[in-house]
Amino acid sequence: MSSYFARALLPLAIALTLYGCEKPATVKKTSTDDLVVRIGAAAPLTGNQAHIGKDNESGTRMAIDDANARGILIGGRKVYFELISEDDQADPKTATIVAQKLVDDKVSGIIGHLNSGTTIPASKIYNDNGIPQISPSATEVNYTAQGFKTAFRVMANDAQQGRVLGEYATKNLAAKKIAVIDDHTAYGQGLADEFIKAAQANGAQIVAHEYTTDKAVDFTAVLTVVKGKQPDLLFYGGMDPQAGPMAKQLKGLAMKVKLMMGDGGYTPEFIKLAGDAAEGSYASLPGVPLDKMPGGKEFETRFVAKYQPIQLYAPYCYDAVNVMIAAMQKADSVEPAKYLAELPKISLDGITAKIQFDEKGDLLGGAITMYQVQQGKWHALETLGAVSAAAH
Amino acid sequence: MEIFLQQIINGLVQGSVYALVALGYTMVYGILGLINFAHGEVVMVGAMLALSALTAMLGWGVPPLLALLLSVGLAMAGCMALGYSIERIAYRPLRHAPRLAPLITAIGVSIVLQNLAMMIWGRQYHSFPMLFATSSHVIGGAIINDIQIAIVILAVLIMAGLMVVVHRTRLGRAMRAVAENQHSAQLMGVDVNRVISITFMLGSALAAIAGLMVSANYGLAHYYMGFLLGLKAFTAAVLGGIGNLRGAMLGGLLLGLIESLGTGYIGDLTGGFFGSNYQDVFAFFVLIAVLVFRPSGLLGERIAERA
Repeated sequence: MSSYFARALLPLAIALTLYGCEKPATVKKTSTDDLVVRIGAAAPLTGNQAHIGKDNESGTRMAIDDANARGILIGGRKVYFELISEDDQADPKTATIVAQKLVDDKVSGIIGHLNSGTTIPASKIYNDNGIPQISPSATEVNYTAQGFKTAFRVMANDAQQGRVLGEYATKNLAAKKIAVIDDHTAYGQGLADEFIKAAQANGAQIVAHEYTTDKAVDFTAVLTVVKGKQPDLLFYGGMDPQAGPMAKQLKGLAMKVKLMMGDGGYTPEFIKLAGDAAEGSYASLPGVPLDKMPGGKEFETRFVAKYQPIQLYAPYCYDAVNVMIAAMQKADSVEPAKYLAELPKISLDGITAKIQFDEKGDLLGGAITMYQVQQGKWHALETLGAVSAAAH
Repeated sequence: MEIFLQQIINGLVQGSVYALVALGYTMVYGILGLINFAHGEVVMVGAMLALSALTAMLGWGVPPLLALLLSVGLAMAGCMALGYSIERIAYRPLRHAPRLAPLITAIGVSIVLQNLAMMIWGRQYHSFPMLFATSSHVIGGAIINDIQIAIVILAVLIMAGLMVVVHRTRLGRAMRAVAENQHSAQLMGVDVNRVISITFMLGSALAAIAGLMVSANYGLAHYYMGFLLGLKAFTAAVLGGIGNLRGAMLGGLLLGLIESLGTGYIGDLTGGFFGSNYQDVFAFFVLIAVLVFRPSGLLGERIAERA
């Protein structure tokens, strides 16, 4: 019997070993008197959003490597930052397990999670343990509306982004009949709802609101439903693994509608997946285009040389880590309880924006840039909506 | 009307792919009574292999049609080797173990394959090269393109071919004999191990073709693509009656149609109370309903039929 079990478990053991190999072991380059500070990061490193998750991890890692190279002194001791990166599989249940593990690992702060659907359940665990959390990419309004003192984000929320998208669709693109599809995640649904509010407020009619999932690849059925309602613009609330094939299938069904997405669609992967069907699609991304920010171009050059082309949120992760470290320096302590008090007061010139938080932990005055695919590349159209996040 | 026709076409294309993958599940179940959960991953490996070969060959300047045929052949050969190895390594040593053990190894193999693929092909999406200028055809207002037509026709041909193999050849007779009773088949001089190996290889070759179809149709391949597809195909196999070849085909086509028509009309039928968010719920509701009234699936499991 035991040998049967040994055989049964062998493939699993191999799988886990391979999985372990995937993470390069962090080499400690510390001398004994260095203060080791653990920074936790969580994003989907497997599954269909793994490319974006890895991008987040790389952005975080680069900020941490930079900080270690700078040699930061806190409380008179040299600090060595150590990254503990976890895979939350973009799954809310796994996210809470990962969050508890990071808490048990005694991390001083969290950069993550990537998705709103994982960030929100995990935020309660961090809050209960008093660990500051800065999400680089969660946009769902409720994340910072739970009254948690530990929750921050360096990205505009859905209310800010949805409003800009809704206004752009109705005013700049003159859309009258709009169809909406969302992927039923906290992010996709949240953004779609805010978009609908803004579009309706500006006189557009929502002719269809259909749904898919964040794992689907076939959208011909929902798109056919949408086709029957003859909209002039289709808004998709979701991520690029779905948006890309969706654009392609739109073209396949000979539908001549403008496709618009939030930040989840603004990736090189979207263009790759959609092929020439990507041409003319719109997407928004909080912040100002990277090449217009001081230090943005330099970050991109270094990042591409070290890892791969930027997918999406790597610059935001970079900023999130630097904000956290700046707060530690200001408090002259790596104790979560002490530097947490400095985070709301922080003001840092990041590579995505000037980072300041409002009383809820949202990014203050989030500018949002609209992009369009032109000749197979994302092209910045204009930067809008530098409105106060506190309005919501 | 054109919307209805379009949904039928959508469902048929999707259903053909489900049916091809479902055949792999059902063949193995018919013979071994084992659910080969790694089958979805074999589909993924097939797609990845074909795509890599295709990209490489196009880079060397091989003509598109030849490159496509060669990469299909390569992917099928690769998947057959993979299917053979999976059976040899993970299932054969456990053939007489409690049923739970091979189920666990199946899940293990599936995780191993996913992680291996992630290491070899990376986490990014691979786009499928445009080989030919595909044109779209308008039939009664509904649109279907060349790739989709090819998928449906190819699926029908393959399924017909498989029926001929199972019902008209010596090998097919051996497969049916093993399915009915391994011991007796052995006593009659059937090489049981060989038949089982061939079954796995046949199923894997079908998986390779299905993988190529999926990635050509959606224009992408990703190391995670086998998971959901495998799950849906397994559902289709159960719906049609697992272990039964015709059942797998019927189940696949039916599931594809239920999904697309469900998505298309559930909102209008219920006055907007249910929407396309209930697409999967609808499909599984049909599955439950079928299993309540016919526990062995639509076409049941007539022992003599299964292979």
